[in-house]
Amino acid sequence: MVNDVRIAGVGMTPFGRQSELTVRELFGNATAEAFDDASVPRDAVEEVYYGNYMGEFAEQQGHQGPMVAEAAGVKAPATRIDSACASSGVATRLGYEKIRTGLADVVLVGGSERMTNLSTSDGTQALAAAADSLWEIRAGVTFPGAYALMANRYFEEFGGSREDLAHIAVKNHEHALENELAQFQRAISLEDVIDAAEICSPFGMFDCSPMSDGASAAVLVSGEFAESHGLDAPVRITGSGQHSDNFALADRASMCRMPAADRAAEIAYDDADISPADVDVAEVHDCFTIAEVLALESLGFYEPGEAITAAREGETSIDGDLPVNLSGGLKAKGHPVGATGGAQISEMTKLLRGDHVNSSAVDDATVGLTHNAGGTVASCVVHVLEVAE
Amino acid sequence: MRYDTRDKGFDDFLDAVEQGEPYYLESPSGNGWLPPRVVDPETGEEDLAEVALPEQGEVLTHTKTHVAGPDFADDAPYTVAIASFGPVNVTGQVRNIETGNIEIGQAVKLGVERTKTTEDRVLVFYPVE
Repeated sequence: MVNDVRIAGVGMTPFGRQSELTVRELFGNATAEAFDDASVPRDAVEEVYYGNYMGEFAEQQGHQGPMVAEAAGVKAPATRIDSACASSGVATRLGYEKIRTGLADVVLVGGSERMTNLSTSDGTQALAAAADSLWEIRAGVTFPGAYALMANRYFEEFGGSREDLAHIAVKNHEHALENELAQFQRAISLEDVIDAAEICSPFGMFDCSPMSDGASAAVLVSGEFAESHGLDAPVRITGSGQHSDNFALADRASMCRMPAADRAAEIAYDDADISPADVDVAEVHDCFTIAEVLALESLGFYEPGEAITAAREGETSIDGDLPVNLSGGLKAKGHPVGATGGAQISEMTKLLRGDHVNSSAVDDATVGLTHNAGGTVASCVVHVLEVAE
Repeated sequence: MRYDTRDKGFDDFLDAVEQGEPYYLESPSGNGWLPPRVVDPETGEEDLAEVALPEQGEVLTHTKTHVAGPDFADDAPYTVAIASFGPVNVTGQVRNIETGNIEIGQAVKLGVERTKTTEDRVLVFYPVE
């Protein structure tokens, strides 16, 4: 059985510093908005998939599935998904599969993360735990450090510069200017990026996504449920792909190619029966500026070594051929890691429905893509969203 | 120290480096991996043999880290590199050279030192002239 999967409603808290809020309250707020948007009663939910990565670090709280289902007012089997920064992307995929295969008609998906109650040092340590604890963390590799290793290798193999990366940060901040949910609604200049304090060479502060608190949610329903309940659910998930790679960066054949993303994209494109050329708008996992480059190449929008100049040339800006990260991306919208994949779904749904602040830039768009990565892309999940005909 | 319980495989490897006899695990297909490994993740082969690690490696990439986690707070700034030693790549910290002078392709030898912050053992690379 292959069922149509509709996004009946989405919700998302503002991303940013709200360190006094627990994940219960954050997810409760995001799901309240999603249920309201969906016009679906809470008691219709048959399953909950929830992404969270660092609950044990930030709140000393494990076993969050039933806790957040309760916070959402839902009585249904509830499972927490940890796939690092791809947690709620994977949660979305599980919900999609549940409906697609006919095992459920209504699934609540999303994620939540509380990060800013940790110090920068403790947050850095918590994020690093998504890397290999023996061979990377114990050598002092941080999360920015791992991507910096990838960036320097990319420069060696393909060329590129700090200025090329800076254009990505500037672009994504520009996209977030009017997004009230974004953590940073302010423009930055190339000089701001290049002159910022160095975190891990070649990255300065503005090459890095911030620590953020926030939550995201989506109510997924079958096409049959949407029709029988008279729901206005114009956006479908038509493709989903996920894949994995060697855990440690050093064990990979290449440090600037992401086969987990390559394969996840292939699976999602096949599932949706589209090609990269069909995609009108994309939200990709720009946890660091180089990550957007690597994503665009894995997704088939650019050949290897060619996406480094995309932002500089304006090809991925709001008026470019392929607008990328119109939400502001992780870079400017914020990156509460367990909520990020769900936030991409939420923002893309609004972009395609026409009720996002940047929808007017893509008013003819019918196909959107989301790309959500975990760790140094040891995990990756890709979704294709389309406007129903 | 933060790590006062041995991690078999990993700590065995550090011991071997300190003793001047580092090794990697090789599968019948010739793929190399650092321990602990039960199988070759590429092929699923279980018959892994210890093979001497090449004495000299080559830096593939590097980064100077200024913002560290609490376990390396007193070590920052420090430089992390990934270096190729034949069929395996190793991640470690670079010693005895300024970051600005490190180039990809730099020849290095492997060693073990203690971190300033926690005094745990850490893999390090020494540049080779």
